[in-house]
Amino acid sequence: MAQTLNMLKESASQTAGPYVHIGCTPNFTGIEGVYDEDLGRAMVSDETLGERITVTGRVIDGGGTPLKDAMVEIWQADHAGLYNSPAETRGLADPNFPGWGRQPTHMTTGVFTFETIKPGRVPFNDGRMQAPHITFWIVARGINLGLNTRMYFGDEEAANAEDPVLGRIEHKVRVPTLIAAREGNTYTFDINLQGPDETVFFDI
Amino acid sequence: MRNTLAETGAFFPRDRSWHPKAFTPDYKTSVLRSPQKALLSLPNTVSEITGPVFGHDVLGELDDDLIFNYAKPGESAIGQRIIVHGRVLDERGRGVPNILLEFWQANAGGRYRHKKETYLAALDPNFGGCGRTITDDDGYYAFRTIKPGPYPWPNGVNDWRPAHIHFSVFGHGFAQRLITQMYFEGDPLIPICPIVNTIGDPEAISRLTAPLDMNNTIPMDSRAYKFDIVLRGRRSTMFENRKEGN
Repeated sequence: MAQTLNMLKESASQTAGPYVHIGCTPNFTGIEGVYDEDLGRAMVSDETLGERITVTGRVIDGGGTPLKDAMVEIWQADHAGLYNSPAETRGLADPNFPGWGRQPTHMTTGVFTFETIKPGRVPFNDGRMQAPHITFWIVARGINLGLNTRMYFGDEEAANAEDPVLGRIEHKVRVPTLIAAREGNTYTFDINLQGPDETVFFDI
Repeated sequence: MRNTLAETGAFFPRDRSWHPKAFTPDYKTSVLRSPQKALLSLPNTVSEITGPVFGHDVLGELDDDLIFNYAKPGESAIGQRIIVHGRVLDERGRGVPNILLEFWQANAGGRYRHKKETYLAALDPNFGGCGRTITDDDGYYAFRTIKPGPYPWPNGVNDWRPAHIHFSVFGHGFAQRLITQMYFEGDPLIPICPIVNTIGDPEAISRLTAPLDMNNTIPMDSRAYKFDIVLRGRRSTMFENRKEGN
């Protein structure tokens, strides 16, 4: 017998269920007066630095139907490529940009929309720069463990071409599932849970 | 908040055989909502090891008291009064301090306050069903609520959810983000619930089942249930193989 490593096991995930909004965006589902405002609703203020953008899209199931009960969270760097987090050791991020946002998908259309800024580039572990990206986390009824993916920017072709993460995708035909097309200041990012255009999800 | 340097090590890989699989056909909604292709394994970069921080300024006075946070003045929610408390730990057994916990639940009759909820059990006019708190310097948390009721749901023709409280947990890095559910010791609906049984390992289910905690029960007031939550641990940055620039 050897000594024991004495490690705990991570609590097993369970689905967020159909009523995730009660806990995470109560005002959205009509529970008013408990919290002033749903957390993560507003990411930018007048003081936030960087280019204003809108990120919108849907989470689409294997039957082609957008999820109308999902919750989407995003996490991203500020305009200069710094995260507003104590674990960010490279500098101090814009204090007027939290980097984190949370939106429910619309109850009838399934569309989510974030008003945010375009993030700067951050390094990969070997020092190479990653292309600008936004980390997504998706939960819903029927999703047993939150899904992680990333959104890249369609107008960053050169950066995307040298991105170390996109470069790891063996089947290049799948790379476009992570790239949002730009129209004006709006990027559209549809997330496909299944099918030929299934979004690349990550084990991070 | 303790004045210690934030940790920046990569998180231990998730044990995906311990978590529920994505495709669990006995829980029918998972069938069309489960990715079918292999996940792409990614070493943690600064995008995954960092995460948002929430300060006490986001909390209202009654956020951790679901008996009163939606009730009319002088009234309170109907149901068995309970305290839910415990620690948020990481896989190394260290308390995870100063992180946001959000919780939501049905009322004592098993009815949720939600626009899309159709169960015939009555709404409680004094119960909203949401709360939140922030762990202390040792990872402890506590809140007061009423014990939620079990309820039927459209999956099989006669499927009932065991009484449960949903938890949304932040860690210190976005890769620790977790949603789970707490069950109550002794509930006979636990072993026959298709959602519980998306988890394959009975031990993992036990760890989501809160025991009655008589030592923290308040006599003549509220019973207590203890529920510890474990988030992913992370590597020490000592000896880590990293180049400058990160």
